[in-house]
Amino acid sequence: MKEIVVISGKGGTGKTSITASFAMLGGADVVVADCDVDAADMHLLMQPDYNFADDFYSGEVAYIDQSNCISCGKCVDICRFDAISVKKKLYVVDPISCEGCGYCARVCPTKTIVNKNRLAGKWFISKIKTGSIMVHARLGIGADNSGKLVAKVKNEAKEIALEERKGFILVDGSPGIGCPVVSSLSGANFVVLVTEPSVSGLHDLKRVYELVKKFNIKAGCIINKADVNPGKCAEIAQFLTENDIVHLTDLPYDENFTRAMVLGQTMVEYDHGKLNELLTESWENVKKLSSG
Amino acid sequence: MTDPKPLKIAIASGKGGTGKTTLSTNLAAYIAEQHEVVLVDLDVEEPNSGLFFKGELIHEEAIFKMIPQWDEKKCTLCGICTKVCNYHAVIQLGPSILVFPELCHSCYACSELCPAAALPMIPKKTGMLRDFQTGKLHFVDGRLDIGEEQAVPLISKTKKYVAHKYGHVSIAIFDSPPGTSCPVMEATKDADFVILVTEPTPFGLHDLSLAVETMRALHKPFGVVVNRYGIGNDEVITYCREENIPVLAKIPNNRKIAELYSSGKLMYQDFPEIKKSLSQILEYCVKEAKGGRA
Ligand code: SF4
Ligand code: SF4
Ligand code: SF4
Ligand code: SF4
Repeated sequence: MKEIVVISGKGGTGKTSITASFAMLGGADVVVADCDVDAADMHLLMQPDYNFADDFYSGEVAYIDQSNCISCGKCVDICRFDAISVKKKLYVVDPISCEGCGYCARVCPTKTIVNKNRLAGKWFISKIKTGSIMVHARLGIGADNSGKLVAKVKNEAKEIALEERKGFILVDGSPGIGCPVVSSLSGANFVVLVTEPSVSGLHDLKRVYELVKKFNIKAGCIINKADVNPGKCAEIAQFLTENDIVHLTDLPYDENFTRAMVLGQTMVEYDHGKLNELLTESWENVKKLSSG
Repeated sequence: MTDPKPLKIAIASGKGGTGKTTLSTNLAAYIAEQHEVVLVDLDVEEPNSGLFFKGELIHEEAIFKMIPQWDEKKCTLCGICTKVCNYHAVIQLGPSILVFPELCHSCYACSELCPAAALPMIPKKTGMLRDFQTGKLHFVDGRLDIGEEQAVPLISKTKKYVAHKYGHVSIAIFDSPPGTSCPVMEATKDADFVILVTEPTPFGLHDLSLAVETMRALHKPFGVVVNRYGIGNDEVITYCREENIPVLAKIPNNRKIAELYSSGKLMYQDFPEIKKSLSQILEYCVKEAKGGRA
C-alpha cells in the first residue's frame, strides 16, 4: 500500500481538482483522505454518502460552575490567554480564547472550574463515486489543532486501505507549513507539489519543499496555469531540476477547471481532450514513482 | 477619520488562493496614495503580501514565545510539572525533565506550579517580524520559522507590534490566514470590519459559508468581495442575498489580472473599474466600522 500526498503550500492552485482527478483515475484501488480539513472541498466532487459519521474531540475547554465561585479572581490572574473575564459580576470563560491548558482549574481554591472535552469537528467515512472509499472531516469553528484531525483522517484511511487491500491512499493535503501539513506528510511515499507560475507560487513552493526535504520524501511537481507566466514557469522548472524534483507536467490555464467544478465533476470526467491526457499521464507516473 | 485609531480591516477567506492577497495589497496601495496606511501580513505560514512591494526595510526583529527551561540543580524530581502540562510538553525521563518546545503553549502552569522554581520561562525564537516602508505605506509581516507549529503566538505578537508602533495611522489592513481555525480567529478577533474574499464557484461557496460561520461566532461585522466574477455560477451571489450579507464588490475574471498577479504587480492602476471597487470597499468599511464603534 502506497501513500501519495498532494500539497500546494498555498490554496487556489487547483490542488483539489487535480487530486480529485487522480482519485477518479485510480478508481476502486485508491482510498481517498481529505486532509485539507480547514477548507475541505473534495466532497463537492466525490459524491460521498456520509455512511459513517462521528464527533471528534480534541483538547479541553474550561468551564466555571458558578455555584461555588467565590470571586477570588485567581483564575483571571493566571490565565495567559485572557480567556476569563468578569461579566455582570460573574467569572466566565470565553471558549474561543481558552486554550484548554487546565491551569485555572488547578489553582481555583473551590475547585469549581472543570475541563470539558472540546468538540473539534466531525469526521466521516463515505462511499464515493470512484467505487472506493473516502475519509473526510469538518473542522469546528475556531478549533485549536487541526493537525490532530488531519492525523485522525489519515490513520482511518490507512486502516481501511490495509483492511481492504487497496493499492493506494491518496491524500488531499493541508495548506501552509504548520502542524496540519506536517501531519499530512508523515508516512507518505510520494508527494505531489501543485504550484502555479507566480511570485507567490514559487515562494510557497520553496517554503513547503523545505518541509518535504525534512521528511526525506520523493517529490514531483505539477505546474498549473503554466502558460499564464512562461518566465516564472522556467524559473520553477529550474528550481525543480536543482532539487531533484520530478517535473510531472504543465497544465494550461483552462476555465474548464471551473466548469467541471460547477457540475460537480472531476476534470477527467468533464474533459476528454488535452487536459485529460496530461492528467492521466501524470497519474500513471505518480503511481510508478511512489512504488519505485 | 479621527478617534480611535487605527481603523482595523481584516481580509480573510475560507481557503487560500481566492485573491485575498491581491485585494489586501491593492487596497493598501490605493489608500496609501493619500493616507498613511499599514498593511500587516498575518498569514504567517505563507506570508506573500511583501512580494508586491519594494520597500525599505526599516525594522526587523525575532519573535519569541516563552517556554520553560529545566534547572537541574534546583529540581527535586517531584513530577508535578509533567502532571500539569495538558499538552504533554514536559516529560520525565529517568532523572531528567525534558521540554518539547514545539508542543508548549506557553501557559506557564508548569513553571509557576513547580515548588522548586526549577522551570523558569525563557524566550525561544518562533519567527521573524519585518517592517518595510514605501511612501505612505507601511508593511509589516510575520514569518513563522519552518518546523514551528504554532502560528497564534506569532500572530498575536505581530499585532501587538503594529498596535504599538502604528497607533497613529488611520487605517490598518490585516491580511489574515485562511481557514476557520485558531490562527484566523486570532487574526480577525479585534478587527473593526472583516472582508471575506471568495470565488463564484462551488468550492468558493462552501468555503465562504464556513468563513461566515466563523465571523458570526466572533460577532464581527463583515462583507463579501467576489473575485473572478464571471466564472462559475451565481450561487455565491444568491447565498449572500439570502443570508443578508453585503456584497462589497465583484472583481471581474480576467486573465490579464492573473498575469499581473503572477509577476507580483499591483493591478488597480491598470483597471479603472477595480480602482472604483476599491474606493467603494473602503467607503463601506469606514462607514460600517464607525457604526459598530459608536
Ligand atoms: S484552561 Fe487555560 S486558557 Fe482556558 S481559561 Fe483556564 S487558564 Fe485560561
Ligand atoms: S479561581 Fe475559582 S473561585 Fe476564584 S474566581 Fe476563578 S472560578 Fe471563582
Ligand atoms: S515540578 Fe519542578 S521540581 Fe518538580 S519535577 Fe518538575 S521541575 Fe522538578
Ligand atoms: S508552559 Fe504550559 S504548555 Fe508549556 S510546558 Fe509548561 S505546562 Fe506545558
